[in-house]
Amino acid sequence: MANHDIHLTVRKGTVHALVGENGAGKSTLMKILYGMQKPDEGTIQIDGEQVSFSSPADAIARGIGMVHQHFMLADNLTVLENVVLGSEKLHGIGGGARKRIKEISDRYGLGIRPDVLVEDLGVADRQRVEILKVLFRGARTLILDEPTAVLVPQEVDALFDNLRELKSEGLSVIFISHKLGEVLSVADDITVIRRGTTVGTAIPSQTTPRQLAELMVGSELPTPETAESTVTDRSVVEVRNLTVYARGAVSMGTEEEPSAEGLTEFAPAGAVKKVLDDVSFTIHAGEVMGIAGVEGNGQTELIDALIGTKHADSGSIAFLGEDITPWPTRKRRESGVGYIPEDRHRQGLLLESPLWENRILGHVTEKPNAKGFWLNPKGAQADTRRIVEEYDVRTPGIDVTAASLSGGNQQKLIVGREMSHDPKFLIAAHPTRGVDVGAQAQIWDRIREARREGLAVLLISADLDELIGLSDTLRVIYDGRLVADADPASITPEELGSAMTGAASGHLEHEETAPEGDDNAGPEDEAR
Amino acid sequence: MKKFDKERVLVAVAGPVIALVLAIVLTSVVLLASGKNPIEPYTLMLQQLPYSDIQVLIINQASLYYIAAIAVALGFRMNLFNIGVDGQYRLAAVMTAVVGAHVALPSVLQVPLLLIVAMATGAFWAGIAGVLKVTRGVSEVVATIMLNSIATAVIGYVTLTDVWGVQVGDNVTTGVMKKSGWFPGINLGSDVGEIYGLVFLAVLLGIGYWVVLNRTRFGFDLRATGASETAAAASGVDAKRMVLTAMLISGAIAGLSGLPLLLGDTHTYSLSFPAGLGFTAIGIALLGRNNPGGIALAALLWAFLDKASPALDYATPVAYDKEIATIMQGLIVFAVVISYAAVQQWALRRQQRRVGAELAAAAAQNTNKEVAA
Repeated sequence: MANHDIHLTVRKGTVHALVGENGAGKSTLMKILYGMQKPDEGTIQIDGEQVSFSSPADAIARGIGMVHQHFMLADNLTVLENVVLGSEKLHGIGGGARKRIKEISDRYGLGIRPDVLVEDLGVADRQRVEILKVLFRGARTLILDEPTAVLVPQEVDALFDNLRELKSEGLSVIFISHKLGEVLSVADDITVIRRGTTVGTAIPSQTTPRQLAELMVGSELPTPETAESTVTDRSVVEVRNLTVYARGAVSMGTEEEPSAEGLTEFAPAGAVKKVLDDVSFTIHAGEVMGIAGVEGNGQTELIDALIGTKHADSGSIAFLGEDITPWPTRKRRESGVGYIPEDRHRQGLLLESPLWENRILGHVTEKPNAKGFWLNPKGAQADTRRIVEEYDVRTPGIDVTAASLSGGNQQKLIVGREMSHDPKFLIAAHPTRGVDVGAQAQIWDRIREARREGLAVLLISADLDELIGLSDTLRVIYDGRLVADADPASITPEELGSAMTGAASGHLEHEETAPEGDDNAGPEDEAR
Repeated sequence: MKKFDKERVLVAVAGPVIALVLAIVLTSVVLLASGKNPIEPYTLMLQQLPYSDIQVLIINQASLYYIAAIAVALGFRMNLFNIGVDGQYRLAAVMTAVVGAHVALPSVLQVPLLLIVAMATGAFWAGIAGVLKVTRGVSEVVATIMLNSIATAVIGYVTLTDVWGVQVGDNVTTGVMKKSGWFPGINLGSDVGEIYGLVFLAVLLGIGYWVVLNRTRFGFDLRATGASETAAAASGVDAKRMVLTAMLISGAIAGLSGLPLLLGDTHTYSLSFPAGLGFTAIGIALLGRNNPGGIALAALLWAFLDKASPALDYATPVAYDKEIATIMQGLIVFAVVISYAAVQQWALRRQQRRVGAELAAAAAQNTNKEVAA
């Protein structure tokens, strides 16, 4: 991503937010600041002194630390061990380091216990460990890359308290986020990046989210609000008593869920943790059912069971009246199940293959990708051009590798691909994660459009505004069970957030996974 | 668009060229270190090239290498390491030789029968590793390596004189195959030699390999599995079935790799049948980047080094050790692994940067237009 003419000034003791579309150049800028990439032109000054970094080590030595979006912690080590790993020389690996960790933790109110195993920590705690790791290395300027993406609202508030603590101690924080409301509430200064250059700065007290968004995309801010209900009484997907057990040996690598410790795959089924526990729901044609929940509470398993990459241990899945529980993935996809996977790099794309081959992925047996037994590269290429055009995938051509596109454009390609096969049921996991505001609106529009024509959607998202705005029905998943349902017309993100932590399961007109709940939701939705 | 195509060609060529240059330089260093002329062995070997008999030897040898390397490459394309091509090929050759010596059908039936026997034996042997991987999660690397040893033992048994073995002098053979199973070659005269007829089988396999991989649904699934197992699973590829199928096909092709020699020249399996072909093929598949054209060039290069190097021993005034070629082959494999990884990384970054630059340029143009409007 080419950056040019970027100006960014971060004052001491402030939180400086950096916002911009995906592919606007935020990541590149951060990489430069953190020494992972060298600028072709321009300078970086710290405390008035010109510096040049050739590696992250240089940046750390200059007091710049980075908290990555994906945590870089070893689960099987303690907090202390994780913190000292790689910087054993600073305070040793024993008492000295422990004392120092305590000191930092108390000073900034992080509340960290050094001897806990990281695998026992929740997402928010892990994030605090990451922050502490950076502080331990002597950082005076922290870069936080989308730190709130994985947190529920309550945890976000706690994080912001920590940030305020940090800045009151004279540290500076560079905060990257897509969530404009959050940016406005925590930042002292805001810099907006568009198309690789800084287009403006804003002062939070005098700016509304709408103005900020307009600055970002140069156009109107989209909202996920669905205008009218299109829910019909024709059921498309019926899930009954779906249960999946944890398997010790199987790991997708990304889950943050508490592992079923000490259990092997040979343990009797009764003793194994249920990652999906008696889940039942119905999705009708024209209905978007949103599932809210902190990551790792069974969403991944639910998706896997629905698309068929893992099979249900008990329970059934019916699709358009047919029992598809034993069907393999390919048959499900051919019969009209669309799939926007939660991790596009691992499940949605062949990164080193050209775009048109990625257009074939998942639909290799279908037109226009195949003619019977044979592949039809010409057809696939022509259709890829159409998708690129229609979905505004920004690319110089369809022969470039998927890896060379920005995240948002990759996602647009995936959405375009899945929508091109007229799905009857769409599994949309984080359909706009890491996608810029403009593309987000497009993706929402596409989903709404298809929903009007009778598409049933299962929407899983960490973005509560998206969930509330797009869904006709809302369910909350906690510890593998659907513990609550809510009416998206009246619920607030905060209320949803407390149900997501398991604290308020009986609170939202709650009925234990009653499938009848759905049928009521339609009319209610129409009322708003 | 064309730019990116050119780019891909550049990347495809850069890897092997860097590897070869590196290997030659390192070989020269070895020669220098042992006090030899670092250039002359190459010229001596190249001087062999114009001789027609050497050319025939090279083509014949390359056809064996090529088929075996295609077998390896097919596995590589889906991250499946069939290290057992050697065992599959030897076992298939023995079985084919035995059947060929005991069954006498007319040629039109005999030759296809022999081809099927070879493929079935290879597929069966590779299939054992496939089944173990799919059902028990046994690494195919370990399983195929062990199956290589077992194949040696089985061959030892089969060639016992009270089984199917026939003692010829101090060599143990499987007896001479019936003439109807001999595959005619292209005779270029008694002083030049004969090109194996089954060289064309190698060519056909190469074309088939490309067509299946690039133009069929199965090929796409196979490549997708190799590129990203998780994405392939999500796209509906049945990973287990894919592993088993790929293993069977790879084994069947491996089974064919001894046949040009068996049906075209020796007409019997004996102790002097070339061993290690399957391992050499791994290096050739690597050098050829799993690409049918690339593998052909790599197989020819390997065969050239094999067949031109004996001349080094008889060179005047100074003789060289022909093992220089072996050192070079080893260094090529070594250099290939490093240079491909490096080139791939470089290419990916380069493309990312160029795409970014092009988009930025396009965006800038748009902005200018907007302003102008």
